[in-house]
Amino acid sequence: MSFKIFKINEDLKEFMPQEIIDLEEKATWGNPKRGVMDLPYSKELLEEHSLCAGCPESAAFRYILASLPNPEDTIIVNSTGCTSLVFPHIALHTVHSLFGNQSAIASGIKRTLEWRFPDKVKDVIVLAGDGAVVDIGLDCTLQAFFRQEKITTICFDNEVYANTGGQESGMTVKGHVFKMAPKGKQWDKVPMWQLAIDSGCHYVARLTVSSPKRVEQVIKKAIYVAREVGPTYVHLYTPCILEIGLNSDDGLEEMRRTDKERFKFFEYMTDAAKEVIERKKKEGLI
Amino acid sequence: MAELGPSGYSPYPVAVYENLLNPPPGKALMFNEIVDEEIAMREAAKAMLTRDNPTIFPGPQVLYAWNEEAREKARLVRKMAEVLGAKIIPMYDYRPKYPKIDPEREINPNHPNLTIWHNNIKACIFIGVHCHYANVALKIIRAETDCFTIAMCGMAGHEDAMITLRDQHTEEIEKFIRIAEEVKRELGK
Repeated sequence: MSFKIFKINEDLKEFMPQEIIDLEEKATWGNPKRGVMDLPYSKELLEEHSLCAGCPESAAFRYILASLPNPEDTIIVNSTGCTSLVFPHIALHTVHSLFGNQSAIASGIKRTLEWRFPDKVKDVIVLAGDGAVVDIGLDCTLQAFFRQEKITTICFDNEVYANTGGQESGMTVKGHVFKMAPKGKQWDKVPMWQLAIDSGCHYVARLTVSSPKRVEQVIKKAIYVAREVGPTYVHLYTPCILEIGLNSDDGLEEMRRTDKERFKFFEYMTDAAKEVIERKKKEGLI
Repeated sequence: MAELGPSGYSPYPVAVYENLLNPPPGKALMFNEIVDEEIAMREAAKAMLTRDNPTIFPGPQVLYAWNEEAREKARLVRKMAEVLGAKIIPMYDYRPKYPKIDPEREINPNHPNLTIWHNNIKACIFIGVHCHYANVALKIIRAETDCFTIAMCGMAGHEDAMITLRDQHTEEIEKFIRIAEEVKRELGK
């Protein structure tokens, strides 16, 4: 994409709000070394968000958007859920799919972009909640992995259907009680990271968003591997503080607690992925 | 017909429901009439020069320097504002803004009426707004305000505006500025 589309015409600049001028002057476009350490100094691609106060998803969004190596040529495909409330506010190309078919949409976009712009790197990322990725969209998610689509899938796992009132999801932990699941969940949590490995993903990571720097590294690895090798999958725990009865400022503590339990950092990569990651590390890009 | 003024919060404030379509090439649409471009330009200039708080809403296609024509159009928009004595309020992107816009400084296509109500704008020009969002915004303005809308469109026009000028590029915008200067002199302004 041409960076000219961020450049404001001098004749009309005085009428533009400061946040848009900042997007031209202070956002980290065209710099693959951008990362979460730029957050205090640069213009964020997320101006505001419409999530609940203290929602860990908002932190995850900030870290992910700050970590994209190629934001000017990145398209995010999202799906219904809390995350979809944020996408209208971010300064990137996004596509809202129907509930669950985000991986199919992303596959089409990626293939079309490769055909239309063969000389350019265009990253396509699926970013959706556990309902869209694992429950309703499991078919499309796994089929995209089977087909070895070169897309990165990021799942925001809050372990519940949060914005519809607290129904259990496939990612809910066995025994958890929610407002709409009063008897507690009867079955085990779906091991989505393992399904991703078994379905052919070349890089898989499971983590919480308690550590911004780690999120950055995982996102960059996943995107670089998806560009060159094949599908990658990142599973992030972003607890719904409302549905599990926590206060606005408790999200980070909840993630730190689960860092030591069911969301202990886990990373898997194939040999081909490892080669890409080592090379990118040498280039100073990870 | 596409009357000036609120359509009473009609769920269908859409000009095509009143059998209005865009003008053919070389012509313009003024209310429900197909007229010569020059006549429409003259009436548009008159509306901007005589109504309260005239405002130009430039969209992304002229706000950003993405090609040479966009740069030239930006310069002309500035000149047009000077001739018409109009304010400039940008429609710089189409994202809905949370929690709310600053209506003195910006206009958003998802609720353009807020800017028009707040600034009591009685005449406006849309220029450089992508067609799909110009269509949305002009329908809302038509339904909920008494603002006289003028669409200067680089393509086929917008039937929901009171005056639609189609195929407007730098040459046509220069022509409009010349006509506006003439009308201004005639009005003794």
